[in-house]
Amino acid sequence: MSQEFPYLKEGDEVVAVQRGPKPGGPKGAYRAFVETLRGLKTTMGRLFEGPVTIQYPEEKTPVYPRFRGRHKLHRFEDTGLEKCVGCSLCVAACPADCIRVVAAENDPSDRVSAGERYAAVYEINLARCIFCGYCEVACPFDAITMGHEYEMADYNREDLVFTKEMLLADSLERTPLRREGE
Amino acid sequence: MTLPLADTSFAEASWVLVVKSLVIFAVIFAIVPVLTVIERKALGRFQSRYGPNRTGKFGLMQPLADAIKLIGKEAYRPQNALPLLWALGPILVVFSGVTVLAILPWGDVQDVGSGPVGLYGIDVSIGILFFFAFGSFAFYGLLLGGWASGSKYSFLGAMRSAAQLISYEISMGLALLGAIMMAGTLSLPGIVEAQDEIWYIVPQILGFLIFMVAGFAEANRAPFDLPEADAELVAGYQTEYGGMRFGSFMLAEYLEMVVISGIAATFFLGGWMGPGPGWLDPIWMLVKILSLVFVFFWVRATLPRLRYDQLMSLGWKVLLPLATVNVLVTAVLVTVL
Repeated sequence: MSQEFPYLKEGDEVVAVQRGPKPGGPKGAYRAFVETLRGLKTTMGRLFEGPVTIQYPEEKTPVYPRFRGRHKLHRFEDTGLEKCVGCSLCVAACPADCIRVVAAENDPSDRVSAGERYAAVYEINLARCIFCGYCEVACPFDAITMGHEYEMADYNREDLVFTKEMLLADSLERTPLRREGE
Repeated sequence: MTLPLADTSFAEASWVLVVKSLVIFAVIFAIVPVLTVIERKALGRFQSRYGPNRTGKFGLMQPLADAIKLIGKEAYRPQNALPLLWALGPILVVFSGVTVLAILPWGDVQDVGSGPVGLYGIDVSIGILFFFAFGSFAFYGLLLGGWASGSKYSFLGAMRSAAQLISYEISMGLALLGAIMMAGTLSLPGIVEAQDEIWYIVPQILGFLIFMVAGFAEANRAPFDLPEADAELVAGYQTEYGGMRFGSFMLAEYLEMVVISGIAATFFLGGWMGPGPGWLDPIWMLVKILSLVFVFFWVRATLPRLRYDQLMSLGWKVLLPLATVNVLVTAVLVTVL
């Protein structure tokens, strides 16, 4: 050891390093040949495995159950009343400042929401939204959740401002959900 | 002592020659565009993806779309290019590829009513030398095109292609020499007939491997695509070309692949030999050629491009000595046995 590495002293800490074999020579040529064959075998294996591509517009990437896609507003299933009471906590929580809520008093004869007040205006500017999901966390009534929809491209910025009606509506296409272990 | 030159023992009517040339031309030029899409699809599958599958059924209309796009492009020439030489480049490259097609043997001599007809363009007496003579023409095209473009990328690509030609042409010739000595003839149909008992890939496996490796280099294919080297040289000698001139270079590249596969099939895989009646011969030849072309795709999907000095040392330090040893051993064995 001391002859090979004259700068090393007895008792020095040494880290073992594994190096590949030296290139060149008949052995190197043989290795290059064998490794080439191994590479050819690997690519041929891919050929038999078949493609893993998801043909996007026809097939869609399945999302995880907790995927944060476009927001949804919810109604009570039994009464059909909106869950949102216009408290604006989501507005306060939003770091991107993309939610606008204008609250109004409920008319007891024609209720819109279950609480005292309701959201007369509820707009989310999806051009600003960063899909952090803080609104969902802030909401005391689970009125807003993050959905699974991720196809939101549009031609105009104005079209990306989603109104309450759009957020309440059921989405036309369902995004495939990733199954357990997928 | 007689020189190992080919002799055609029969004469063909000139109209037969015209028909033969037209058929070979038509078949090959129908195959080459399909090869482009097959290559892209094969490369895709090798990389676990689909490749082009949107244009037409299974993406089979892709070459048509490519051709329409290329033809529709503006014929643009850079200001400091030399017009005549610049235009000559792609022409020479395609010319060299097409000419070599003439000597590929597609089948034995058949009797088609009006007399014997050889199922090949011509049986030239210099045989394989024809291939080397006209095959090397392609490099004039690359060199002229690259130099006359008046761009440094093109120039570098052209220089590389010249160096590559010199390094690999010799090994290529030496690799074939073993098969020529075993057959005792330069004529390509003669060499195929000599493989009646055993295909030369068995005794000449080394020659076959050397020929294929040198063939990758000759066709400027990966892993020897240094003249194009899209990562460093933009596109090498074809940087300044657009439209159908660029298309001609691409066409020539695929043509060259077919030609080299054809020569390899003739010399090592028994050419048109295969079970079945005589009219199946061209089919067998085509099958062998396409399998070898598939090897080109396979290697392209597998190996990264060589560094320039690696290219040179592989050519001079590995292939050339191996090919020489192969020739010497074959020569001794052929004389002794």
